[in-house]
Amino acid sequence: MTRSVIELPVTPDDRRIARLAALAIGLTLVEAAIPSPIPGVKPGLANIVILLVLLQFGWRAAAWVSALRILAGGLLLGSLFAPGFWLSAAGALTSLLVLGLAQHLPQRHFGPVSLSVLAAFGHIGGQLALAGWWLLPAAALLKLLPVFAAAALIFGAVNGVIVARLLAGPASSGRQSASCLPPSAP
Amino acid sequence: MLRAGDVGVLLAGAGFVIGLTVVAWGGPRGDTAVIRAAGQIVETTALTHARTLSVKGPLGTTEIEIEPGRARVAVDPSPRQLCVKQGWLTQSGQAALCLPNQVSLEIRGRTAAYDTLGY
Repeated sequence: MTRSVIELPVTPDDRRIARLAALAIGLTLVEAAIPSPIPGVKPGLANIVILLVLLQFGWRAAAWVSALRILAGGLLLGSLFAPGFWLSAAGALTSLLVLGLAQHLPQRHFGPVSLSVLAAFGHIGGQLALAGWWLLPAAALLKLLPVFAAAALIFGAVNGVIVARLLAGPASSGRQSASCLPPSAP
Repeated sequence: MLRAGDVGVLLAGAGFVIGLTVVAWGGPRGDTAVIRAAGQIVETTALTHARTLSVKGPLGTTEIEIEPGRARVAVDPSPRQLCVKQGWLTQSGQAALCLPNQVSLEIRGRTAAYDTLGY
């Protein structure tokens, strides 16, 4: 048995991000198996994880989880650096930027549902902007905009309600924080 | 679960989607009907008040019904009735063609959606 000579220091933070990213990647894979009537219209289940991370651990952790999800999801689905990967990355980046701004909204009035809907619009906006600029002439996309926007609104709202329930429910929120604890014996 | 701002965001989102739908799917409304028989314009009429027109073609008479803002082919002798089934036309650039009877109804607006259409 060979012993590794390179020892990378791992902080509990790293482990938590890896754990949450694994969760998001799992949801990405599950989602890829769900048939969709229109290419590009997906529920965006991984955004539930991103939003939970944002609300519990801050924007930096959410950005890490999102980036790892895109990269590893691309590897696992075999779409790494394919057009779909770049669309996904553009969507995630825009969505993160929107969330970075939206998290400063007063929490008293704006809950997870607001953040989720705004992030979903950001996601689809970033994706379509890249698609229109790079892959498809903008005129063809214009006709599809209402479909994508409606999907973003619906799925964003549903995901937001899921996040709100996960955060509010005592049983589930307990499980959530427990799963984020660093392992006891590394 | 839903806070006041959430409802606002949802409503704004719904408004945004509706606005996009109108912009993307709704064309400019037409205000003029152009009726042709055998390729020649027989009548150009504004879509301002209700009236019906009868146009003679090789198979018989085609009746075109005009109402404020819309027009349709009401009766046509052609066997498959395609132009009748198209129903009311409202948008600039829409056209109903009754090919067997060589009659066509086209809606035009202030800005033409196309330079020309070849059938």
